[in-house]
Amino acid sequence: MGKQLQKRTKLEMAKLPDGLEGPGFFATKLEGVIGLARANSLWPLPFATSCCGIEFMATMASDYDLARFGSERLSFSPRQADMLMVMGTIAKKMGPTLRQVYEQMAEPKWVLSVGACASSGGIFDTYSVLQGIDRIIPVDVYVPGCPPRPEQIIEGILKIQELAKNESFRRRNSDEYKKLLNSYGME
Amino acid sequence: MSRFENLKMEKQDLLNKITEKLNELTPGAVEKSEIAYGFPVFYIHKDKIHEALTILKNDPEFDFHFLTDLTGIQSADEKQLGVIYHLHNMPKNYRVRIKTYFDINKPEIPTACDLWPGANWMERETFDFYGVKFKGHPNLKRILNVDEMDIFPLRKEYPLEDQSREDKSDKMFGR
Amino acid sequence: MAKKGNKNNKVADTAVVEPVSKKKATVVVENNSEEPEEEKEYSTLNLGPTHPATHGIFQNVLKMDGEIIHEATPTVGYIHRAFEKLGERRPFYQITTLTDRLNYCSSPINNIGWHMTVEKLIGVKVPKRIDYMRVIIMELARISDHLVCNSVIGVDTGAMTGFLYIFQWREKIYDIYESICGARLTTNIGRIGGFEREWSQKTWDLIDAFLRDYPEGLKEFSNLLERNKIFMDRTVNCGPISAKMALEYSFTGPNLRAAGVDYDVRVATPYSSYQDFNFIIPVGTSGDTYDRFMVRQEEMWQSMEIIKQAIKNMPKEGGFHADVPEFYLPPKEEVYNNMEALIYHFKIVMGESDVPVGEVYHCVEGGNGELGYYLVSDGGRTPFRLHFRRPCFIYYQAYPEMIKGSMLSDAIITMSSMNVIAGELDA
Repeated sequence: MGKQLQKRTKLEMAKLPDGLEGPGFFATKLEGVIGLARANSLWPLPFATSCCGIEFMATMASDYDLARFGSERLSFSPRQADMLMVMGTIAKKMGPTLRQVYEQMAEPKWVLSVGACASSGGIFDTYSVLQGIDRIIPVDVYVPGCPPRPEQIIEGILKIQELAKNESFRRRNSDEYKKLLNSYGME
Repeated sequence: MSRFENLKMEKQDLLNKITEKLNELTPGAVEKSEIAYGFPVFYIHKDKIHEALTILKNDPEFDFHFLTDLTGIQSADEKQLGVIYHLHNMPKNYRVRIKTYFDINKPEIPTACDLWPGANWMERETFDFYGVKFKGHPNLKRILNVDEMDIFPLRKEYPLEDQSREDKSDKMFGR
Repeated sequence: MAKKGNKNNKVADTAVVEPVSKKKATVVVENNSEEPEEEKEYSTLNLGPTHPATHGIFQNVLKMDGEIIHEATPTVGYIHRAFEKLGERRPFYQITTLTDRLNYCSSPINNIGWHMTVEKLIGVKVPKRIDYMRVIIMELARISDHLVCNSVIGVDTGAMTGFLYIFQWREKIYDIYESICGARLTTNIGRIGGFEREWSQKTWDLIDAFLRDYPEGLKEFSNLLERNKIFMDRTVNCGPISAKMALEYSFTGPNLRAAGVDYDVRVATPYSSYQDFNFIIPVGTSGDTYDRFMVRQEEMWQSMEIIKQAIKNMPKEGGFHADVPEFYLPPKEEVYNNMEALIYHFKIVMGESDVPVGEVYHCVEGGNGELGYYLVSDGGRTPFRLHFRRPCFIYYQAYPEMIKGSMLSDAIITMSSMNVIAGELDA
């Protein structure tokens, strides 16, 4: 049934962070190691509301298989999730719920805004639609498209992985980050 | 082509029969009737609307047992609101459209929930969009919009766009 | 027709729908009759609006008696996007993009339904060939719609495998859409008056390949679930609705047919030459989750038959669009070299084509039932009033009635088997 399976003989390992390597030891910064671990085991919380959610289903399904990038398990509970994926239109009625979900997530957390509606309201410049989720929660990566193709969604996740990998250990405690949250009226 | 001709005849027939029936049972209910794009349309006086719908539903000949759709409309002069019912009799494949108009300042008509339970949410939607008060409705409150909303967004006087939007300034569009 | 639905609203437990354990349910009935109603303490459970199993965003505040649902209060509108108001501000050809986003599991049906509504208004008769091409697309869309719904019932009962297998076939349908219009999900397929271009040989090849291979995949999927003991235990008699109640609540589509009423818009008021095709309308008996599942399964087979007939009887002549220069964009070369074409191009793009004054109701059989377009035109560039009859919105109101007295886990699969699409529900 379907295509011929392609077997990959060569396994690709995640790239090691910069460090000092010698016989029997490898020394590097803790930051880099933790970043590596975080980036390759992001648990997404799919906040799928409309059309983009169906493309997300396609992304999760066998053809595109998001699990290849370390996001095998969807975390439907915000408390265990690392990455909030907002997919679809967020109406004003839904806004408070989205914010609550974001606040319930534990640090560190990243937000991926998938699709035109979540990023900017899209074609729905109407009285009932929130004009972009960045009005209520901070967003890390925007994915354009209406809806984006699964490849694009995966690219967005790869970008978040990049962020997670390179994030400074103390970023979440920095004044800058606090200021960002304060600007959204949190904490 | 002849098939469609027949259909048209049938519809004219249906229109006449229903008008006759309604005139007999509730005189003065039918203000106007016409065939619009293959649909018999009846304009019913708002005080007689419930009576007329009851007759259409319970009459053994017409038996409009199925409420296809219920929605609101605002008249072009913005002084009247209307409610539009689409009724359907499945076995005989009769479809009719019932329209009733009333003053925008006193938007009150009786509910159709007692005839078709399915009218419940459609009436709530109409209330939400146009502010039509359905008397006797079990739970008439907003359904799609937030409860705090104080406008009836589909009325022509209210704008479509989100009024709280700041990024739509001229600066953003290079004007 | 089975009359198992709960007509009595007051005493929920008289109509306990025999959930997973029959014994437990009967015990509850006895308890209930002995104790007075007031002494019972119910716990409140908030299901949604972001519950993973609700597939979209619906909120249900449930009053629970242990694991039995005593009362449900649904809240909708969490993605209300004001389609109808938007429709009043957009020229006719731009509204196609809105219809995509109604029932996004089967957007081509919505697109084509809208085109047909406008064609009805302006009095265009499209050639038979276009009708047949549309039928092919609409039936493919129906397959992809039912395929999502049925595989998701599987996921909610704990059978992820079916979903992973069958979604490969949805990708194949996406490929067909893509070769026609370039988009996967929100297709914006076709134009008022026909299609934007002639289908390429590749499209036909893809459709042929799909028709050849898909039965195997669907059979595999059927083998996984249809006679699966666990699946049947979960779905038979779960969330039933009687034909009478379904009609009262204005059900249409597979949900109504599962209750035993053979109403199908394709047959009752044929559009797009559906009268030329031979197919069976599958009906269920008890209107429960299993029946809804089986009706959708059979409809997929019937859709394949329809596509085969359409390909076989496809007229050779007729082109890919009707002759409506006021609404169908001329080819680009014409626009540059031909005065008339330039004028039409300008008029269409600016939305200045004349439309008659009138009101049209047109309905198509969407993935979820009768999808109606009520269009009032005052002759201007935009509709005066545009209303979508959204089947989801109308039948979802019966959901509290259907899950009353059933278990929580049954309520979840009842919802997924009803195929409630948030985008369509909230407009």
